[in-house]
Amino acid sequence: MIETKYKSGSSLEKILVAGTFAVTAELGPPKSADLDVIKEKAEILSGLVDAVNITDNQTAIVRVSSIAVAKLALDMGIEPIMQMTCRDRNRLAMQSDILGAYLMGIRNILCLTGDHQCFGNHPTAKNVFDLDSIQLISMVADMRDAGIFASGEQIKNSRKAEVKPPKMFIGAAANPFADPFEFRVVRLQKKINAGVDFIQTQCIYDMERFEAWMEQVRSRNLHKKCKILAGVTPFKSAPMARYMRDKVAGVSVPDYYIERMQKAKDAKAEGVEICVEQINRLREIEGVAGVHIMAIEWEQIVPRIIEKAGLKSR
Amino acid sequence: MIVAEQKPIEEIKGFLAGHKRVLLLGCGTCVTVCLAGGEREVATLAPVLRMAADLDVPESTIERQCDAEFFDAVKQQIESCDAILSMACGVGVQMAAKIFSDKPVYPALNTMFCGTNDAAGQWSENCLACGDCKLGVFGGVCPVTRCSKSLSNGPCGGSVNGMCEVDPDNTECGWQLIYDRLKTLGKLDVLADNPEPKDWSKTHDGGPRKLSREDIAGL
Repeated sequence: MIETKYKSGSSLEKILVAGTFAVTAELGPPKSADLDVIKEKAEILSGLVDAVNITDNQTAIVRVSSIAVAKLALDMGIEPIMQMTCRDRNRLAMQSDILGAYLMGIRNILCLTGDHQCFGNHPTAKNVFDLDSIQLISMVADMRDAGIFASGEQIKNSRKAEVKPPKMFIGAAANPFADPFEFRVVRLQKKINAGVDFIQTQCIYDMERFEAWMEQVRSRNLHKKCKILAGVTPFKSAPMARYMRDKVAGVSVPDYYIERMQKAKDAKAEGVEICVEQINRLREIEGVAGVHIMAIEWEQIVPRIIEKAGLKSR
Repeated sequence: MIVAEQKPIEEIKGFLAGHKRVLLLGCGTCVTVCLAGGEREVATLAPVLRMAADLDVPESTIERQCDAEFFDAVKQQIESCDAILSMACGVGVQMAAKIFSDKPVYPALNTMFCGTNDAAGQWSENCLACGDCKLGVFGGVCPVTRCSKSLSNGPCGGSVNGMCEVDPDNTECGWQLIYDRLKTLGKLDVLADNPEPKDWSKTHDGGPRKLSREDIAGL
């Protein structure tokens, strides 16, 4: 038997390397010290998906830290993907948090630039952005593969000690819908050059544009260099669909979905229906290694989506 | 130039409470050009303060408040005053406070940024004075200043129709500008490179910066 050499040995890495169609979901930590919220969400997702993103003060709103919730989720039987943004920490804090997260058993990290603080509940805060997401990927990859810190120093406790690096499976986001369109695939290439292992895309509604992007991805052979998980977000209501179209930068929602949501008698069921259709279509696209279901504050719908999409018995 | 704007009058009046005679001191350089603290603005503000705050407000404007030598012209005038209200940028205010160490010095302006004059009454920030200029690489558009997140590898997902999500009505995406310029120049390949993390020690993060040039010191 040939033994596969893994970069991090995380369950998510093993699943993706094996070529299994992966399903990931998201768990947004609560805005208060409320363990029950975390438990409820974790119970829904535990055993259902391959890994769960733990968001990091998403939309710049203070929540329980992604590292803490990733550890709690891990203890509840979930494979966490710890999100880390560049908005709130400099390179010292990031590296120290990565070392700590690794020691607590966290093996997946998603490297993000982070939403600007003006969108959140502390708009007068100072931002950091010491690094950007691509430089963060590079730093985590260097920590893992070269055993060095961003400064170039070896990751060891004393001169004579052995190098003990944190070995993370490294993810990043990609937005096929932001501008300039022709640069989007170059940006993916830059993330691959920086050392990314997997990508989760922004939520996809405009399938034509996503397929055009995937065509560019395949023409550069990028789908062979990293695993691409296509992002989906179910609509909960017609107003939400309109909000996604009109207010969320970098998300493109075709009008026919808005019409469907408006006409639907049961908007939530229609939202699930659309999401399942999207997943089925995404599975057919060459180079899509899995889906990332971002049910924003609607984690309880994820089991139904997975069941209806026939992904339960993977 | 350094762009500034006048503080709210109530804030200025708050500084001056308890004073009797305050020199209103304009600056003849940047803030004159951006119409915030030159001779004309001094002449406009002085009567407002005389009326509103019941003060003696002698007026003066010197060529530059960031250079000690220009303060000689007002030394005598300041002796008879119990405070100075400077209409210079923050640099000038600090220089005045250093020279007249026994007098209170107050700012009449909020210093905003290093920027351009885009149209009548319109200015925009262009340079953060980061100490390590990369404009030669990025087609003459500064990513540190023009990108809301100072990204080295932009644009982020918040760039839509050439505008930045932070202020989509007024602020262009700096990275779209960089992209367009490099495309025009036939240098888009530059963007395939991943720049090293920025050396922020050359900015204010390294502490207040000093510059000394031996070639000039000897003159």
